[in-house]
Amino acid sequence: MKDDIVERIQKNPKFLKMVSIRNNYSIIMSIMMMVVYFGYILLIAFNKPFLATKVSAGSVMSVGIPMGLGVLVFTIIITAIYVRRANTEFDAMKDDIVKEASK
Amino acid sequence: MIKLRHILGGATALLAAGFVLAAGADLGQAQKQATNWTAIVMFGIFVGITLLITKWAAAKTKTAADFYTAGGGITGFQNGLAIAGDYMSAASFLGISGLVFASGFDGLIFSIGWLVGWPVITFLMAERLRNLGKFTFADVAGYRFDPGPIRSFAAMGSLVVVAFYLIAQMVGAGQLIKLLFGLEYTLAVVMVGAIMMIYVLFGGMTATTWVQIIKAVMLLTGATFMALAVMFQFGFSPEAMFAKAVEVHAKQDAIMGPGALITDPVSAISVGMALMFGTAGLPHILMRFFTVPSAKEARKSVAWATTWIGYFYILTFIIGFGAITNLIPNPADYFVGGELAKGLKGGGNMAAVHLSKAVGGDLFMGFISAVAFATILAVVAGLTLSGASAVSHDLYASVWRKGKVDSATELRVSKITTVCLGILAVMLGIIFEKQNVAFMVMLAFAVACSANFPVLFMSVLWKDCTTKGAVAGGTVGLILSVALTIVSPAVWEATLGNPKGSALFPYASPAIFSMTAAFAVIWIVSLLDRSAQAAKERALFPAQLIRSETGVGSSSASGH
Repeated sequence: MKDDIVERIQKNPKFLKMVSIRNNYSIIMSIMMMVVYFGYILLIAFNKPFLATKVSAGSVMSVGIPMGLGVLVFTIIITAIYVRRANTEFDAMKDDIVKEASK
Repeated sequence: MIKLRHILGGATALLAAGFVLAAGADLGQAQKQATNWTAIVMFGIFVGITLLITKWAAAKTKTAADFYTAGGGITGFQNGLAIAGDYMSAASFLGISGLVFASGFDGLIFSIGWLVGWPVITFLMAERLRNLGKFTFADVAGYRFDPGPIRSFAAMGSLVVVAFYLIAQMVGAGQLIKLLFGLEYTLAVVMVGAIMMIYVLFGGMTATTWVQIIKAVMLLTGATFMALAVMFQFGFSPEAMFAKAVEVHAKQDAIMGPGALITDPVSAISVGMALMFGTAGLPHILMRFFTVPSAKEARKSVAWATTWIGYFYILTFIIGFGAITNLIPNPADYFVGGELAKGLKGGGNMAAVHLSKAVGGDLFMGFISAVAFATILAVVAGLTLSGASAVSHDLYASVWRKGKVDSATELRVSKITTVCLGILAVMLGIIFEKQNVAFMVMLAFAVACSANFPVLFMSVLWKDCTTKGAVAGGTVGLILSVALTIVSPAVWEATLGNPKGSALFPYASPAIFSMTAAFAVIWIVSLLDRSAQAAKERALFPAQLIRSETGVGSSSASGH
């Protein structure tokens, strides 16, 4: 019974389509995260004076601080966006495929 | 370079504080001890409540599945808090706020590094882990690979990471408790070992989970209160807070920009890689994904965990600046001998603890001290449980008994292992008392990203990966990450006492080389592997793919 389901899922073109959509999405999101994080780290390594620049004339806060907090917030948000899409859209696709195979 | 290593050390370790103590400096302990009854009573209440929970959990812990995964009945929200509780160690609370106190901006760089591994787990690992695994992450790699070699390797990878992490926690615990409660180092280490063993032994994953949840809630509540109190002082204006901090701090405006934390780009990238990918290879974190009933809940767990941990790091940043603005203007109360130049009483990692007294009095300081102790207990319990599962589930049940073992026997072996690990942890804690163990958490991350993560990643996502490739690559990553760390300045010079500049490996983390090598070896050896076993493993990939992507056939963690 279970092997049947596996075989039918394997033959369903929707399955491979789902896998490729989701993998692409995971990879794009991972790359975005890496670009933001390593970009920030490399900016610190190569251009410290820029990050120490003041946000505006006369202020104490430097540009680096809102940027750094921005990376933290970005990390939380990008995770939330992925989970939201996976838990709705991708799960619906998956349920659909499993249901077709169980018929 | 030396500075970078030094600061990394500072952030990972309670040890800086430990060293000052070990050197025998009089830190005004007598005075501190008098007020510490509040902390001891609060900690006693915490232990009392968690022991009651353990009693309740013990009644529910009957099978190996209950022991390892709490029967799979934890919700995504609860698991998210528990993961946060597992991950937010005393080092990240006291260490990062201490680093912000000392250098301002640099503390922020460090906390970002500790968070960025979470999206990687979310996008690449969480769901697949849940669908393929049962009790340990070796189950995931073991789905289509030859169980003997792959599980032996995975157990080794887990135990090495757990051991280094555990030593850092135990030594930190001893030093911290000595400092906060005025107890003897050895007594403190034994207490941590004993209480942790009770949690794990009787309550298994259920008790461990609830200890972590309670600790996370206490830590987040305490940190929120401190951050709000600080912001309130400045009318909720960050600009006003920064202005005051720059005015009083010895480094003045330099605390607003990057300092010495990042110097050479290779070290920066390497440390970044260790933190980013190492998180996805920590066995005690990976194990938490088997406690939820479905992939959906697993994803919710990471979303919540990332949110809480990120929120917490924002708080520690504010707390660090609060410490600057509250403590520096009152040197008589918080600095050794009342002199700024001599540093904070108890060392740089005490910034958050002193601030708690400044904003909330003795009672609140007692609370924060108790939270710091509870934090260590929760982390140590999670580590021990994952170490025990690697021995009993991977080595004993799967490799030695070839899976022919009933749940009761496996459970008994886990409990015996828990006791052994507990005793070992206490012994290591005592042995390493006077050692500089600051590098050990970074080493645990380096091993996790060079050995565990590449094997998991390739076994799940690459169809041509074989047992030989995974074991060879993982082993190379493991050996290289440990060896390069030993000849790096943090160990070779700072710990082993060789002269400055004699370290063979100049960078702060081996990750950039050891992780790359692990992936390369997995790839090459797998490609060259033409054995019949390899063909069988490749043929199993489609079935593995279906299970990892859809969850069809995945083990219900309830053990039915």
